[in-house]
Amino acid sequence: MARPGKTPAIEVRDLVTHYGRTEILHGVNMTVEEGEIMIIMGGSGSGKSTLLRYLLGLSRPTSGSIYMLGKDITRLSPREMHELRKNMGVAFQGGALLSSMSVGENVQLPLLEHTRLDRKTMQIMARMKLEVVNLGGFEHMMPAQLSGGMIKRAAVARAIVMDPKLMFFDEPSAGLDPVVSAELDELILRLRDAMNMTMVVVTHELESAMKIADRITVLDRGNILMIGTVEEVQASDNERIQALLNRRPSTGEVAADEYLERLTRA
Amino acid sequence: MLLLEQLGRKTVAAVEEAGYLTTLLAESLFWIACGPFYRQPVRISSVFTQMMQIGIAAIPIVFVLSFAIGVMLAIQGIHTLKAFGAEEQVVLGIAFSVTREFGPLITGILIAGRSGSALAARIGTMQVNQEIDALRVMGINPVRYLVAPALLAVLVMVPALTFFSDLAALFGGAVYSGIEMGLSFDAYVHQSLDVLEVDDIMQGLIKSVVFAVIIVMVGVVNGFAVKGGAEGVGRATTRSVVMAISCIVIADMIFTYYLNR
Repeated sequence: MARPGKTPAIEVRDLVTHYGRTEILHGVNMTVEEGEIMIIMGGSGSGKSTLLRYLLGLSRPTSGSIYMLGKDITRLSPREMHELRKNMGVAFQGGALLSSMSVGENVQLPLLEHTRLDRKTMQIMARMKLEVVNLGGFEHMMPAQLSGGMIKRAAVARAIVMDPKLMFFDEPSAGLDPVVSAELDELILRLRDAMNMTMVVVTHELESAMKIADRITVLDRGNILMIGTVEEVQASDNERIQALLNRRPSTGEVAADEYLERLTRA
Repeated sequence: MLLLEQLGRKTVAAVEEAGYLTTLLAESLFWIACGPFYRQPVRISSVFTQMMQIGIAAIPIVFVLSFAIGVMLAIQGIHTLKAFGAEEQVVLGIAFSVTREFGPLITGILIAGRSGSALAARIGTMQVNQEIDALRVMGINPVRYLVAPALLAVLVMVPALTFFSDLAALFGGAVYSGIEMGLSFDAYVHQSLDVLEVDDIMQGLIKSVVFAVIIVMVGVVNGFAVKGGAEGVGRATTRSVVMAISCIVIADMIFTYYLNR
């Protein structure tokens, strides 16, 4: 997929990861181009959340490499990683705002830690980002006083306050009602257009995936089933992809012997 | 066989935990010393916030408990010494046992129950809510941001509270001795100062520094290890209190032995 002469924003090569002794990802390859919205889709247990953890550099893979903006994060020194992180924004599933701080302080936190701006400037920048996510005037509220949708939007504001080049969303629409979830989709599209960010969105929400995706990576049991545009994925004749798209329960064939063995195993 | 296997597993787990604790301690000290050179200093404001919560807010309860200990020691001392007709010696007994033992011990146990557990609960909750992950992806080292300020705060506040506890317990002893034996407050203070040496106070303070490290590190290790939601946080909190108090008492015994050889 990589266009010649241009390094992709994110490139994953042969990523193998383990949780304890269980292999979770079995050699994943994918690239995300600059300015692209890549959706990572898959049922629960497909390994999509695991893939995100490794993309964020929160765990060390068993083997393989992950290039972010041309740098292999599996081999970076802590100092280089620290620099790279200033170019990455993450909106976690539950928002992950620090509950001991107000919304405004949360949004200002990256500025406070990474820049030497004066307090007033930080305040203005934080307010600007809160306006972007339609939370103007909420900066003095505590996270506990906000609704789920507002917390997620505040988390987006915090993630974009450093104007990152890469933006990651973990299940943006999980736990939200359809209207709020649609608003969040709009926000993601608007951010990409306004700031030309590269976005990776992990989700299992079909509708929102179809609406915002440039391309979709379909993960299944630690393997990539396919990477393609919305049309390509919809047109795929792979049984498991169709099951995912049409919300059919997966009826994996199980051999009788193997089934018996599983039940009777000591 | 099974018992042996379990024992082996438990031992390995304990060694692993001790190693993790040591690493975290080393990392915290690294950030305290070298943070500014990496442009990632430990924030003084959060150190002061922690000092307020851990130290200043604990003053009333430290006073009450230490005063009670002082009174208790006086009652027991006078009762025991009466057999030898040497009640006046109670001042000496109180002075030594308070400064060398009870001051640091009662302060350590109190702060472990009050602040060690709070630290475990706070970090555990943050772990469950992915706030720790959020800090890491923002390029904010959780050890520098959460552990180092707490460590600095206890290293100042626990010895300070211990000294305060010494004074409160001596005061308690003075009040009871005054009532029971008619010993004047001035005479009590005079006698105490006569027998006490800098060494006695120092012994208590050295121990309190060790207790301070134990309180923070045990709380933090249990907090970071939280898995499994609110229930996990509760379990970690309980475990951290029990573990911290056990470690304090055992460390106290070891230090007392070596400091008195």
